[in-house]
Amino acid sequence: MSVILILLIASISVAAVFLIAFLWGVKSGQFEDDYSPASRILFDDKPAVPKQTHRITKTQ
Amino acid sequence: MQVEKFYYDNKIVRAFGLATILFGVVGMLAGLWAAIQIYYPAASLNLAATTFGRLRPLHTNAIIFAFVGNASFAGIYYSLQRLCKARMYSDKLSWVHFWGWQAIIAAAAITLLMGKTTGKEYAELEWPIDIAITLVWVVFGINMFGTILKRREKHLYVAIWFYIATWVTVAMLHIVNSIEIPVSALKSYSWYAGVQDALVQWWYGHNAVAFFLTTPVLGLMYYFLPKAANRPVYSYRLSIIHFWALIFIYIWAGPHHLLYTALPDWAQSLGVVFSIMLIAPSWGGMLNGLFTLRAPGIK
Repeated sequence: MSVILILLIASISVAAVFLIAFLWGVKSGQFEDDYSPASRILFDDKPAVPKQTHRITKTQ
Repeated sequence: MQVEKFYYDNKIVRAFGLATILFGVVGMLAGLWAAIQIYYPAASLNLAATTFGRLRPLHTNAIIFAFVGNASFAGIYYSLQRLCKARMYSDKLSWVHFWGWQAIIAAAAITLLMGKTTGKEYAELEWPIDIAITLVWVVFGINMFGTILKRREKHLYVAIWFYIATWVTVAMLHIVNSIEIPVSALKSYSWYAGVQDALVQWWYGHNAVAFFLTTPVLGLMYYFLPKAANRPVYSYRLSIIHFWALIFIYIWAGPHHLLYTALPDWAQSLGVVFSIMLIAPSWGGMLNGLFTLRAPGIK
């Protein structure tokens, strides 16, 4: 069953990558707000010119 | 006040969408044809290329990689741009990804009907196609991570986490499972032997279902379901918790495909334990989707 070593190394490396991503997410506040992101995606910016549906603007 | 103008790339979404419809029809017809042969074997028309043994992998590959694959890409290219408030990183890479993927599908259809196969479930394609898949997957990755890096919205919506998990894990699974020794242009033998090959195969097979079929579609659910219902997802907190639980638990459950085989008992038991643990995160996503659709005011 020596192949299990390869699978362990591969699986644990990927798990480590995700752990780093998770810690980054926590530190940078990605998971602080568990309310507004769910609503935010419901609002798309209006197209800049009517009838051109895939044009959008963003104010700065 | 300065107004910044940019455009989303909807043409690539349309292309992937049309490919989804085409291969959905082709893949399901192949499945129907194979199924008819279980009852009525003469339906193979006595041709080697259309016997059950060749139509079945054509059906599974077409549905998984051509139908669901193209559907996921269409949904990702549509939603990622809107969630990041940015156009895809590179239009060229988008089209290389699109045509590369369709070429792989065509090559798969031809070689499978010719009887060229590695014999590994969901990984039947021979080594030159495996290499092509790797290259196109890298193109997709550069395009996706490039878009995420140049995003105008600081927060990563949960769907994007699902897309990232899809890309990273499928890349690793495909490479580890596809290590093989070529003996000719269209024939290779797995680097692993016997039950070890079986373990690698089902570690791949189980997680291919997880990260090629489940995570991208859950990501799409978290974008398109609230959009279609015009209502926020039932619980954003649950979506985050079940995502991270799914990521860390799913990968260890592969051995449950090898119960009562030559695989050591302890490995079978361990795989079953993780499979039971997996009920929580997998039901978490399912219930989150269902509750989003509940009538307002009903608890």
